[in-house]
Amino acid sequence: MSYSNLSLCETPSLSRRRMLALSGSLVASAFIPKFARAADARDPRFIAIILRGAMDGLSAVAPIGDPDYAGLHGDLALTKTGDAAGIELDSFFTLNPAMTNFARMFKQGQGAVVHAAATGYRERSHFDGQDVLESGYAGPGRTDSGWLNRAISAMPQGQRIGAKNNLAIGNVSPLVIRGPAETLGWAPGGPGLPTNDTANRLLDLYTHRDPKLGELFRQGLDTQTLANGAMKTMNNADKPSEMVRQARSAGILMAADNGPRIAAMAFDGWDTHENEGGAKGRLFTLLQGLDGALAEFEKALGPVWSQTSIVVMTEFGRTARINGTVGTDHGTGSLAFLAGGAIKGGRVIADWPGLKNADLYEQRDLKPTTDLRGVVKGLLADQFGLSPQVLANQVFPESGNVKPLQGLITA
Amino acid sequence: MTLPFNALTALNRFGLGARFDLSPSLRKDIEADPRAFLKSELLPQNALLAGPDLASSRINLLTSFAEQERKRMERDKSQTAITSANTSTVPPQMAMAGPMQGQAPMQSQAPMQSQAPMQSMGQNPAPSEPKNRPIQREVLLTEAQARWQKAFDDPSGFTERLVWFWSNHFAVSTAKGQQIVVSAGSYEREAIRPFVLGRFGDMLKAVEQHPAMLFFLDNRNSIGPDSKAGQKQNKGLNENLAREILELHTLGVGGGYSQADVTNFARIITGWTWYPNNPNFEPASFVFNPNAHEPGQPKVLTKTYTQQGIDQGEAVLNDLVHNPATAKHLATKFVRHFVADEPPPTLVAKLAKVFTDTGGDLMAFTKALIDDDSAWAAPATKLRTPQEFLLASARAFNLPVDKPEVAMRALNDLGQPLWRPSGPNGFGDLVQDWGSAEGMKMRFAYAVAMANQAAVQGNPNEIAEIVLTNAASPETRQAISRAESRVQGLSLLLMSPEFQRR
Repeated sequence: MSYSNLSLCETPSLSRRRMLALSGSLVASAFIPKFARAADARDPRFIAIILRGAMDGLSAVAPIGDPDYAGLHGDLALTKTGDAAGIELDSFFTLNPAMTNFARMFKQGQGAVVHAAATGYRERSHFDGQDVLESGYAGPGRTDSGWLNRAISAMPQGQRIGAKNNLAIGNVSPLVIRGPAETLGWAPGGPGLPTNDTANRLLDLYTHRDPKLGELFRQGLDTQTLANGAMKTMNNADKPSEMVRQARSAGILMAADNGPRIAAMAFDGWDTHENEGGAKGRLFTLLQGLDGALAEFEKALGPVWSQTSIVVMTEFGRTARINGTVGTDHGTGSLAFLAGGAIKGGRVIADWPGLKNADLYEQRDLKPTTDLRGVVKGLLADQFGLSPQVLANQVFPESGNVKPLQGLITA
Repeated sequence: MTLPFNALTALNRFGLGARFDLSPSLRKDIEADPRAFLKSELLPQNALLAGPDLASSRINLLTSFAEQERKRMERDKSQTAITSANTSTVPPQMAMAGPMQGQAPMQSQAPMQSQAPMQSMGQNPAPSEPKNRPIQREVLLTEAQARWQKAFDDPSGFTERLVWFWSNHFAVSTAKGQQIVVSAGSYEREAIRPFVLGRFGDMLKAVEQHPAMLFFLDNRNSIGPDSKAGQKQNKGLNENLAREILELHTLGVGGGYSQADVTNFARIITGWTWYPNNPNFEPASFVFNPNAHEPGQPKVLTKTYTQQGIDQGEAVLNDLVHNPATAKHLATKFVRHFVADEPPPTLVAKLAKVFTDTGGDLMAFTKALIDDDSAWAAPATKLRTPQEFLLASARAFNLPVDKPEVAMRALNDLGQPLWRPSGPNGFGDLVQDWGSAEGMKMRFAYAVAMANQAAVQGNPNEIAEIVLTNAASPETRQAISRAESRVQGLSLLLMSPEFQRR
């Protein structure tokens, strides 16, 4: 895939033609927060990226300094040197070699990792875990609105973002930004289209239960074009190139003077039960996609990158031990990536719990020591000035005991 | 392993699937006696559909003509401005009546739009239809909406399935022209619904005397060559309707009729017509015009019809109802639709006998299907039609059916455009008619789009327990419970064999 035809010198604008040329899955606040135009010229951008399926934090940022890590993570473990070598972040943590761009941001002080982090959810259901992660409520069962939407509601409403007629009002938005505050999103290639992972799982089900349907479905997937036109039926949101493409489109939109300031997107496919891979393989490829997406945001946002913070989160982590199919099963603690010019980066923030059997959560998972709500609270407080009360009652209800993490944003 | 008499069979094979709000007590009742559950809904009035915004075919057709006339005058006016007087003598409704042949079967009523299914399934103002839609399409959408709302609301959907079956048996197609676009819905309400749990003979007569069918199969313009009108206008027979009544509506292919029977039957039903604005007749309503009726006493099959006027044709219809070939043809189609592509011969024979013994009592006919064990015991090999798939999904996920244009576009994409089959034989009813590679891929795309919009509470495992009434295979359960997201779990639920097959 080539991006050379994209001129970044062009002034980004939200003309209809441009919108049509773009595609992605951003869902954004319909209004620019009022104080964004205040005298101090601060005009922050905030992007939440949800990784659905539970990313293996121990393979994304490996604690190779922990003496128990290599034994637990077995064939998937990253090493300091050799074929499975990662990119050293500090003396203890090494980054998956897929993430070269993030490594650069980290070294430039624009990337950080919050490790051994999780929501307050302690079961292992994707559905409930994602609901908790995105809704921001203390437990599962509330899916009427997401924390980012309620954060938007708490901000003074300024001017409407441009090109409202070109952005469809989306009812297919990630839960994290769904809710009473008006949002806009755009569709082509966005959420609502099937992913390869879903297609593969269905093929697997058909193989076991209904081979005839399986054969037809396989043929259908193999067909490149549809008889009745160029209708797009797959979004490949779990394909790295697609993550990159979507981020590029979203970044161009958000860079515009009248573009959205606060947005969310979701990438699927992180449920790596089988052949997860370490320094190469499935997770590596996914991380490459995420890494490319972050780089695209950096590129597309250009001058406003310096005021941008991106938080990348997942519903929970995976087992510390690898399973019988060279993958990992549902776990608890994972990590969050923070990226952007506004991030006070260059560090892995972790109250490391250790990986000894007794230190693992239920003797199987990385034990969470940092609440993701505190991470987001810290970002929202410092970037948008939301008060601890609003954050504890409105954005993350019943979270008074979770303090905002201080100092994540550059002064 | 599914039991022969289970709730899933009642809901999926015979109905439109479990509703999202299926209560534990109703489910218990269904599980205790799925037959009784279905039968409890078999009341003739349950098949009716009416509403303040649903007009009669007569009103719909007149509205359509008035609109066409208005447009014609507008056109004439602008033309007169350019040239001098050049009045069109072609009645507008004639000009609109394009031939069936040459119409692509998949041609959609709305311009085909290359866009993602998500947008078509509810994403707001995706490039949609022009604001000032033609009145005929307005009527069509209103009818479609009412039809699908009823299918969404009904406890089992069994009576709607019966309506859909008979409506497809007596198919008309909007591809024929605006007259069908504007009257397809009211045709179904007037000629099909009142009789699906009544008498086949009454349905047959209502159908063959309905303006929509008379227009669709050209009998409106069939004139006896020796009738007064025929001699005056030098016009003649059109055999289309007569042939399809024999071949499709009653006896079936190989039902023992010859070309002579077709021609004679066509002679007999000359004069069965309707007019938009003939001063001698009620407009836009079925009439018998004796001036167009071929005189004589033609023979059809073994019988000579000595009756006069409209009675002659009605006598033929009545005899067709009682012909054993009709009973066999209908029993085969009925069992093929509900049970299997290769219908069990004993079940077909049983239904044919009931049909014959009762003189075409469709209540008895329908109950005979439900009462027979083999109708339940057959494995679920049939694939839900696209329309069943969409409605079952809507019922399962509480997806509002308030945007008929969206559902119509989905049905176009899935190959079953509403009231628009490619010919008078209606949509096919075999697994292969829907189970194509492209069709499955398109279903998948719509399944994911609908999963994205699911408005039901609970996680996918809980929803699957309701929708698949506890009868999901371990593999399907596992696939759903292991899904990496809610949307993925719900997508797999809609595409699971238990949901797709019936």
